[in-house]
Amino acid sequence: MSTTAKKFDEKARGEFARMGTTRVHRGELLRHPVYTRFLHWSVAIFFILSLLTGFAIYSPWLFHWIAPLFGGGPRTRALHPWFALLFEVFFLFQFLNWVAPMAWGEADRRWLRRMGQYVTNEDRIETEDVGFFNGGQKIYFWSIVVSGILFLITGFVLWFDDAVPRWSVAVSYVIHDLAALLMLAGFIIHVYEGTAHQPGTFRSMMDGTVTERWAWTHHPGWYRALTGRNPRDDYEREKRRQEER
Amino acid sequence: MSNPRTFQIQEISAHPGPVPGLGVRREEEVCKYIDVSTCIGCKACEVACVEWNDHPFRETTFNDTYQTMPSTEWNYYNLIKFVEDDRDNNLMWLLRKDQCMHCADPGCLRACPADGAIIKFENGIVDFQQENCIGCGYCISGCPFDIPKFNPQTKKVYKCTLCSDRVGQGLEPACIKACPTGCLKFGTKSDMIQIAGLRAKQLREVSGFANAGVYNPSSIGGTHVIYVLHDIQAPERYGLPANPVIPPSYTYWKWLAKPIGLGMGLLGIAAVFFHRVFYGPKLPQPEPPEIRSGPREEIDAGRKETP
Repeated sequence: MSTTAKKFDEKARGEFARMGTTRVHRGELLRHPVYTRFLHWSVAIFFILSLLTGFAIYSPWLFHWIAPLFGGGPRTRALHPWFALLFEVFFLFQFLNWVAPMAWGEADRRWLRRMGQYVTNEDRIETEDVGFFNGGQKIYFWSIVVSGILFLITGFVLWFDDAVPRWSVAVSYVIHDLAALLMLAGFIIHVYEGTAHQPGTFRSMMDGTVTERWAWTHHPGWYRALTGRNPRDDYEREKRRQEER
Repeated sequence: MSNPRTFQIQEISAHPGPVPGLGVRREEEVCKYIDVSTCIGCKACEVACVEWNDHPFRETTFNDTYQTMPSTEWNYYNLIKFVEDDRDNNLMWLLRKDQCMHCADPGCLRACPADGAIIKFENGIVDFQQENCIGCGYCISGCPFDIPKFNPQTKKVYKCTLCSDRVGQGLEPACIKACPTGCLKFGTKSDMIQIAGLRAKQLREVSGFANAGVYNPSSIGGTHVIYVLHDIQAPERYGLPANPVIPPSYTYWKWLAKPIGLGMGLLGIAAVFFHRVFYGPKLPQPEPPEIRSGPREEIDAGRKETP
């Protein structure tokens, strides 16, 4: 990442930290600062608006009840690219904010090999090489980057279809759909993991904090980096204390 | 649209003999016949079209031909194309009246995502309903003949209606009424096919156009506007595609992607829901101590022991 972008990101983090607050109680860790939360929910809101208007244009059986919510077919058509553009803009800032911790590494390759155990909940505790983000989160992030670029290019073709050759509209139509399917699949898993599957995760995006237990369970590498303590030792100590009670 | 058959007389009181017209079914499909070989390029049809549709005369660009403008426009449905062709080292004008072909399998209708924006009548006329148009422009890329045109002011798409308002009242389209040479005709599809066939035969046998034929492309199920061409082997010379096709994005992909997209969405939601039901949550560790765990039988056994 270029230094200007990095400087901007740090400045924005600072500004947002002054505007909003994150209360960290005893036994909790700060996971997502105000700036990250603001970006995440801005991206989420415009993603959902784009998804709904997109579904309305794409599927006639949904058209009938979704399009009226946005003021009818023509307005739904007019709003969709603007919602999507705002999604892209906020995601660009989120990209700058997260590109460093999202860097793919050897640990993520190992995580991928263990994905079976992860999915079946066999791994109760993540291995210590899992840092701020695990391999799955990184795949989701980079899939949004890829589909976001595809959406942007094909979206502009479909938006200004009178200025481009007709074949490019027909091709973009298909690629736009494929990008949507990719993003939709990731979105369903993302919402599930962040809410129902992993209790204690949703608050990290609302309040900004997680419990220490959550941190050494799901992101032990990050726990060690943040607290300087050994996540496995702390877990074992907590376990003994619980058994003694 | 009014249906003349509704007012077909069924019985007549004290009338000797059969009821006139009863039991005779007219063909519903209409067709416009264009004989390229007898068009003189007078542009009367262009004026009639603009008049009937109450369009203003629009500004145009001169591009070194006799053509009124480079292509049809959102308020100029009908345009004679003046193609300067070569025949026996001589200039030959190919005068083709360009407008919507009213395809039996319309690409615009296949591509359109808005409910009710494009309709096809039983008589074969493909008509745009601008009040339902959302202005996405997919129809423009779905059309093999480059006919639908976008109006940036109203953000709607327009094209030739085959004068559906006139045809509905039993009249011929405005362009047909204006044509002074009879190169334009209007009637049922089978009648027009027959006349076109005869004219093509005449061109082949009498006028020395050995390749004369009728343009009614089967790749889109035929059209409700047919041409008699001097040379059916090379429709490209007239600016017509030899094999017009709808882009597969709007046919195969659209019908494939919709069920896949919806199915994937629903399956995905069902999958994560049942994942939670089968595997349970991933709690921060250590969890509170378990009192029972394992397969169903063991839990049932455990239950029996507790009073």
